[in-house]
Amino acid sequence: MNYFEGLEGTVSSESDSQRTLTPYVTGTSVIGIKYKDGILMTADMGGSYGSTLRYKGVERMKPVGKHSIIGASGEISDFQEIMRYLDELIIHDNMWDDGNSLGPKEIHNYLTRVMYNRRNKFDPLWNTLVLGGIKNGQKYLGMVSSIGVHFEDDHIATGFGNHLARPILRDEWKEDMSFEDAVKLLEKCMLVLLYRDRSAINKLQITKITEEGATVYQPYALKTHWGFTAFKNPANGGAEGSW
Amino acid sequence: MDLNLNMNMNAPHSMGTTIIGVTYCDGVILGADSRTSTGMYVANRASDKITQLTDNIYLCRSGSAADSQAVSDYARLSLELHEIQQGRPATVKAASNIVRNLSYNNKNRLQTGMIVGGWDKYEGGKIYAVPLGGTIIEQPFAIGGSGSSYLYGFFDQAWKENMTKEEAEINSEGATKNFYPGDTLPLWHEELESHNSLLEIISSVSPVPMST
Repeated sequence: MNYFEGLEGTVSSESDSQRTLTPYVTGTSVIGIKYKDGILMTADMGGSYGSTLRYKGVERMKPVGKHSIIGASGEISDFQEIMRYLDELIIHDNMWDDGNSLGPKEIHNYLTRVMYNRRNKFDPLWNTLVLGGIKNGQKYLGMVSSIGVHFEDDHIATGFGNHLARPILRDEWKEDMSFEDAVKLLEKCMLVLLYRDRSAINKLQITKITEEGATVYQPYALKTHWGFTAFKNPANGGAEGSW
Repeated sequence: MDLNLNMNMNAPHSMGTTIIGVTYCDGVILGADSRTSTGMYVANRASDKITQLTDNIYLCRSGSAADSQAVSDYARLSLELHEIQQGRPATVKAASNIVRNLSYNNKNRLQTGMIVGGWDKYEGGKIYAVPLGGTIIEQPFAIGGSGSSYLYGFFDQAWKENMTKEEAEINSEGATKNFYPGDTLPLWHEELESHNSLLEIISSVSPVPMST
């Protein structure tokens, strides 16, 4: 980060301790599910600045190495920093040139250690991370929070998704879903989040990881329904003045 | 309106700013207002919030005046050395990442949102926003500062890709700087033409009693 001495200590934060911070630019929910060929993950492209939806083109999911994808909610600058750590990790892994490559389980563990150790210093990375991947036919999907809580599951959700998406996933997720069914399930969850999460925007991406590799699909928007009879005509529907 | 006789002259100078950066067909255009305020008092009404980092890269500053000046000074220093070491002009991406690193690594100490805009021969005109916290985000246009709240709707509606040249641009031909005094801009709703004195106005019209 520094090109030369002289700025050391004054420019970087290495010499002082940071305290718990407030987040500035944040991303909302991320949802991930296992399906037949690997993992599917989805997140919208919003970067909120408090209650303002300031940035509407933020990519909150990225491939990691050959076998994994990561999604983040929370402070975007901290996610960008985590991506720098991961890039360095992957580069060092490649430099061994030993035919081995870090799989999702290893990346998840690395992230857990990073998040937990920062938590212990009262200097957390303000993110909840979803890490999914497939290596040698073994599917893996896990989550790490900013305090280091980590676990694996067949379906993962962060933020508002915990409250709105989880019940849907618990009811409707099955082992070995087809790509089409899995996408429809994710979209069902994202639609509820779009309706009910104030910081959600109608511009989302789906990311897939299979043995062949990672694909980040192009951003798109979902159709929403507003044609309630009582909404179109509150007077007749007995809904006049209703909130 | 109450006279605040206890004006805090030691309040941090904040800029109460509007800053804008847009890409267009030939490069980028950066814009900023010129007011620096200390609480309610206007400390400087002719500030220059667009600061040069290299020959072809500039920085728009908002938030704390001191913090943004400090960041721009460090960034300019870093970039000068970087250009010597590289043996070629810095890219906009490199410059904005240097600004980002300063912002991110000092996130608890700094309170400044910035827009980096410039032109390099590899990518052409580019704009990078670096808001509070040290996020870096490349955008076709960026707005910042407390005045930008009023512009979100306008830009979402009015901005288009590859617009033609207006004024003040940074492109392969270098940077030009244009200056617009506040009394020569087009008038908006309820704004009036300015005069030196009432005497200029009433001399040309015979007095007419006011009526409701």
